[in-house]
Amino acid sequence: MSTSAIEAKVKSIIADQLGVGEEEIRPESSFIEDLGADSLDIVELVMAMEEEFEVEIPDEEAENIKSVGDAINYINTHKK
Amino acid sequence: MSAFKDKVVLVTGGSRGIGRSIAVGFAKQGATVVFSYAGNEAAAQETLGLIQAAGAKGEAVRFDVSDATACASAVEGVLKTHGRLDVLVNNAGVAVDGLVMRVKDEDWDKQLDTNLKGAFSLIRAVSRPMMKQKGGAIINLTSVVGEMGNGGQAAYSASKAGLIGLTKSVARELASRNIRVNAVSPGFIGTDMTSHLGGETREKMEAAIPLGRLGSPEDVANAVLFLASDAAAYITGEVLKVNGGMYM
Repeated sequence: MSTSAIEAKVKSIIADQLGVGEEEIRPESSFIEDLGADSLDIVELVMAMEEEFEVEIPDEEAENIKSVGDAINYINTHKK
Repeated sequence: MSAFKDKVVLVTGGSRGIGRSIAVGFAKQGATVVFSYAGNEAAAQETLGLIQAAGAKGEAVRFDVSDATACASAVEGVLKTHGRLDVLVNNAGVAVDGLVMRVKDEDWDKQLDTNLKGAFSLIRAVSRPMMKQKGGAIINLTSVVGEMGNGGQAAYSASKAGLIGLTKSVARELASRNIRVNAVSPGFIGTDMTSHLGGETREKMEAAIPLGRLGSPEDVANAVLFLASDAAAYITGEVLKVNGGMYM
């Protein structure tokens, strides 16, 4: 999967999970401050990304995923 | 009555006793009722017959709630077959009585694994689909002995007290998604689980109950139905006692 395909897929997961428009989702967007997510949303996002990209995101690493860019970078570096 | 029309309910331990009354109670109010049973095929078929006689859709699924994988598959099965899951009732339970000095490890494990871990495994499995639905109700069957203790029931009462903590923590976690989590705490109820008690023990028990009688499975089912319904929309993290006043 190309980097841009990953970025598109991550954005679509976020849009679906948080009920926000994809146009609102920028790499620098913070899940909590900009996109209105709460702690349950973040857990659901992490689980959705784990399923989609077949990666396992340990809790201590998930804590560092605070923005859309963080999520895209994580998947880019860890995808199989 | 059709308070639960188009709703899908999963009741564990639904073949007999309190679980059967709960399953049939939901069926009478229009729900589709899936219930689990551990192994009593004849009893399960009888419950299924009662659900269908009430004019509702029913399904009996045999699995052991102490098996986390089986719990996850069961929930997946309900979602696949019925498309949604609105209410989970963790009712399945076992009691192996004995004074603490004589409690075997395997009996301790069996009670904790079925009564407490089983409820946890099912809650974990339903929480995500219920979050996606933005709503749901979970009811855990605890017991008066989980609240007041009982000689000879260290493991059983520990598992039931554990369910109260589980209920309250998950109620807090899932409240923002409109998933309500409550417990019902029966006192002494006339079922197979209490039928082995002798006449004298029974008389003593009745004397300790202000309302002067053992409860019926229907008394408990009524409380479960209430907590699962919209009439209880503002109630979460509650432990509703159904004990005739024996413990207040």
